[in-house]
Amino acid sequence: MAVATSYEFLDKVIHATPDGEKIRKCLQCGTCSGICPYGFAMDYPPRSLIAALRADDWLGLLESDTIWLCVSCFACANVCPAKIPLTRGLLATLKTEMLVGGSIPQELQVALGNSRRYGNALGEAPSRRAEWVKGSPVPVPVLTGRKEQTDVLWFVGDYGSYHPRVQLVSQAMARILHALEVKFGILGAEEVSDGDAQASAGEGGLLALLARKNLRAMGKYSFKEIVTADPHAFNALKHEYPRLGLRHPVKHYVQFLVERLGRLKALLKTPLPMRVTFHDPCCLGRVNDNNIYEEPRELLRAIPGVKLVEMSHNRTLAICCGGGGGGMWLDGFSWEKAGTRTTDWRVKEAIVAGAQVLAVACPYETPRFEDAVKSTGNEGKLVVKDIVELLAESMFG
Amino acid sequence: MDIVVLMKLVPDLVEDLEIDADSGLLDRSFLRLVPNELDEHALEAALLLKERHGGTVTALALDVGDVDEALFTAVAKGTDRVAKITGAGFDQGVGNQRLAALFQEALADVPFDLILTGTQAVDDLDGFVGALLAERLGLPYVGYVTRIVPENGKYVARKEYPGGLNADIEVTGRVVLGIQAAERPPRYVVTSKIMEAMKTASIEEIEAGDAAADAEIRVTAMSLPESGTHAEMIAGSAVEIAEKLTKLLRERGVVT
Repeated sequence: MAVATSYEFLDKVIHATPDGEKIRKCLQCGTCSGICPYGFAMDYPPRSLIAALRADDWLGLLESDTIWLCVSCFACANVCPAKIPLTRGLLATLKTEMLVGGSIPQELQVALGNSRRYGNALGEAPSRRAEWVKGSPVPVPVLTGRKEQTDVLWFVGDYGSYHPRVQLVSQAMARILHALEVKFGILGAEEVSDGDAQASAGEGGLLALLARKNLRAMGKYSFKEIVTADPHAFNALKHEYPRLGLRHPVKHYVQFLVERLGRLKALLKTPLPMRVTFHDPCCLGRVNDNNIYEEPRELLRAIPGVKLVEMSHNRTLAICCGGGGGGMWLDGFSWEKAGTRTTDWRVKEAIVAGAQVLAVACPYETPRFEDAVKSTGNEGKLVVKDIVELLAESMFG
Repeated sequence: MDIVVLMKLVPDLVEDLEIDADSGLLDRSFLRLVPNELDEHALEAALLLKERHGGTVTALALDVGDVDEALFTAVAKGTDRVAKITGAGFDQGVGNQRLAALFQEALADVPFDLILTGTQAVDDLDGFVGALLAERLGLPYVGYVTRIVPENGKYVARKEYPGGLNADIEVTGRVVLGIQAAERPPRYVVTSKIMEAMKTASIEEIEAGDAAADAEIRVTAMSLPESGTHAEMIAGSAVEIAEKLTKLLRERGVVT
C-alpha cells in the first residue's frame, strides 16, 4: 500500500486527483512557493517538492516533516499558471503517504484520533454535542426522533458545538434564524465532524468514515437544504459528500442570509459605528473555486454604521488564518518550525488597515484571532467577531 | 519471537460515569468502552519488538463493546492474528481474577514466547491481570515495564519504580510483562488501513469454557468524587498578592 518511489507517488497523484496529469506540465516557475505562507520554512515548498520527485529523492522527502506546515489554503494551486492541483493532489497525497508511513506530529495524531473515536477533533463526549443549545436564548430544535419536515438542516460542526467561544457564534446564528422565522433543526448528538480539515491533513479515509455517519443521520430526517456557519463543513458537504450520496443543496450562512437581505436589513436597527475588516476564509474563497467573496461583505455593509475597510491581502490573496489542513491542531509544531504564525500576521494587517473589528465567518477564526490579538500585544485595539455576532448585535441591540 | 498482547476494554472517561442507584455499581447501560490506554502501549511495544527482531504479534481481548474495531485497528497497525473470547455476561464487567482465568484458558492453543499487557487499567487500577495470569501459567512476571531488549534468548526488561528509579531485570524463558509505557506513543494508523483490515482480516472467536476466578473482589460501594472546599482566588496588586501568599504559606507551615 505504501508508495516506494517518487514515480509511484507521482502516478498516484496523477490517477487519484482530477486534473492530476497536469503535474507533468510544471515548468518550475516557483510562483507556488512564492505565495505559500509557510514556504519560507518548508524544506520542500511545492516547486521544490515537484523537483525532488522528478529527481526521485523519495527518501529525502519522507525524512522531512515540514509538509505539516501546509495549511491547505490553496494559495499555491490558485496562482499556478498550469493549474496543477497542488493542494488537493500533490500536498494532500504526500500527507497521506506520511501518515501511512507513521510520520505524524503528536498533536495532530491526537486530533485525528479524537475525530475517529469521538466524531470531533476536540475529544469531547459525543453525547454532549448539543449541550450548547441549553445556553441558547432561543429554542434550537434537535431533530432526533422527529418526523415532521423542516426547511433547513443547520450543520453546526465541532467548534460551533463544543468550543466555548464559538458556541457564542452558534447562539447568535440561532437568534438570527429565529428572527427570520426559518424552520430549522440540528442533528444534535447524531452529528459528527464534517471531516474536511482531517482530509486536507491527509486523512481522506477519515472523511469518508465521518461522512457516512453524517449521511446516515441526515437520511433519517426530511429537510430541504443544509446551512452551516463552518466553511470547512460547507466545503466538504458541497464537494465531497455528493460522491457519497448527499443530494441536498448546501449553503454557508453568508449565502443563505444574503438571499434574505431585504428582510434582514429591516431588522438591523442598532447602528454599529465602527471600522470593520473581513478575513476571507480559504474554504469560502480559493478552495475548490468556491469564490464566495462578496456575500460576507454585503452582509457587513448592510449593518448601519459599519465602515468596511480592506486588509492588504484580501479575497483571492487573503492569507490563511493558519488553521486549515490540520494547522488548527499543529500550533506547537508550526511555531517550532516557522517561529511565527500567520494568525498574527493577519491581526497586524487588520490593525494597519485601521480596523477596530476583525470580522470572520469561520469557527476556527474567532479563537485563533483572539489569541493572536493578545500575543501581538493588540488587546483593546481590535475586537474579533463573527459576522453573525455583528448582525445579532445590530438586530437585538 | 511470538508475542501475545492481552487487551481490555474499559469505560471511556470522556463520557460522564454514573452510578446505578439499585446496585450501587457503575451504570453500564450507556457505557462507551475503549481500549485501555496501557494495553495500547503494550501493543505498540509488541509491534516495535516485531519490527526489530521479527516474529508475530497476536492480540487477544474479551468480546465486549466495540472490540472488533479495536482488533481491526490492531491488524491495521501490524498485528498478525486477532482473537476475541466470547461468552455471556461480559458486558456486565469481568473482574481481573476471572479475566486472568479466561486468558489462561484461551491461551491453551496459542503458541507464545512473550505475553505483554498493560500494567494496569483505568477501571480498577489494581494491576492484577498480568501477575495473576503469570501465576496461573507458572511464568515469571515483571510489571511497570518501559523497555524490553531481547539478548541471547533472554529479555532485559526495564522496570520503573517510584521516585525516578529504574531497574533492568533479566528474565529467561517465557515471561509475562506488564507494560507501563511503550518506547514511543502508540502509533497512528490511517483510517483507510483500518477499513482494509475490516474487509480482509478476520477475528478468531474463542469460546469461553468454565474458567472461573479463584477469588473475586467484591465492590461494596462506589461514589463520585466529592468536591471539598473551593479554591480561593487571591486578588490585588502583585505586591499585595505576594504578601497574602507568603502570609498564607507561613500560617500553613509550608515555609517558616
